[in-house]
Amino acid sequence: MAKVFIYPVNSLILADLVERFGHKPLAVMNQVREKVTKISLDSPPINITPEDPKIGLRYAAVEVPPGVRGRMALIGPLIEDAEAAIIVSDPPTNFGCVGCNRTNELMKYLVRSKDIPILELRYPEAEEYAQEFVYKIVAFLESLPREEE
Amino acid sequence: MTDVKQEEITKVIVISSDKVLPVDAAMRIYESEFPVTVKETCFGLIVTGPAEEVLAVTEEIRKLDKNHIFVKDRGFPAGDERRCRAVRGGGPRPGFHFLREEVQMLSAIGTALDELEAKEPVKSPAKKDKLKVSELERIIEAEIAR
Repeated sequence: MAKVFIYPVNSLILADLVERFGHKPLAVMNQVREKVTKISLDSPPINITPEDPKIGLRYAAVEVPPGVRGRMALIGPLIEDAEAAIIVSDPPTNFGCVGCNRTNELMKYLVRSKDIPILELRYPEAEEYAQEFVYKIVAFLESLPREEE
Repeated sequence: MTDVKQEEITKVIVISSDKVLPVDAAMRIYESEFPVTVKETCFGLIVTGPAEEVLAVTEEIRKLDKNHIFVKDRGFPAGDERRCRAVRGGGPRPGFHFLREEVQMLSAIGTALDELEAKEPVKSPAKKDKLKVSELERIIEAEIAR
């Protein structure tokens, strides 16, 4: 079972396909769960611990907007854990919590600079492209090692 | 001896099936003995509970129509006040827009998974070629002649 980083980080389709074909998706939802369900933490935006900005600083300098560092505090550890990655470019909506383009660029840069297998493909613009999209992802996932835990 | 509380997780189950409705899936969970919280939504279900139970429930629901039922993790538990629209005064909850976009693509993804299961060969979509000059001339002439 390989740990597969997915971009967009909250994608239902990618998270489902990775899990369906026997690997572990590294999605931001699990990181969020840690932040919002621990009893010691309060509700947003007060659920940041003093450790979080330090984690963010590992990926982005202090001059970088704090939003980038905040996001990287969640997403950076996922990239470090990643053993493979699927990057889908031009997703239909990229706003709200995952809409920071600087973070997205930094995230993709960090993934590409890691020595791991990466599948890069475009989000299917129409339904006829969905088949090819799925086949490419499945072929990639089946090529990944399936070591017993 | 005190019981150690198991880690609670939340899963979003999105149903894009012709055979199974969200209410059918919810009924299946109500009939089962899993101690989980279920919330029915327009796109499927949100299930919260101990990790083992939630994973078992999602596997059972997936079996109803495995290529057309999709599952992902969710950070906030079902009905959490920080996300619940009833408390926040309405409006789409954060994360809904992207989910709605992806839901539109799920029927095609499900069909592709069906075909993959049937071991049909990969058919690459027909590529759109550039319009040739001779073809453009022919169209213009046909338009002028009308």
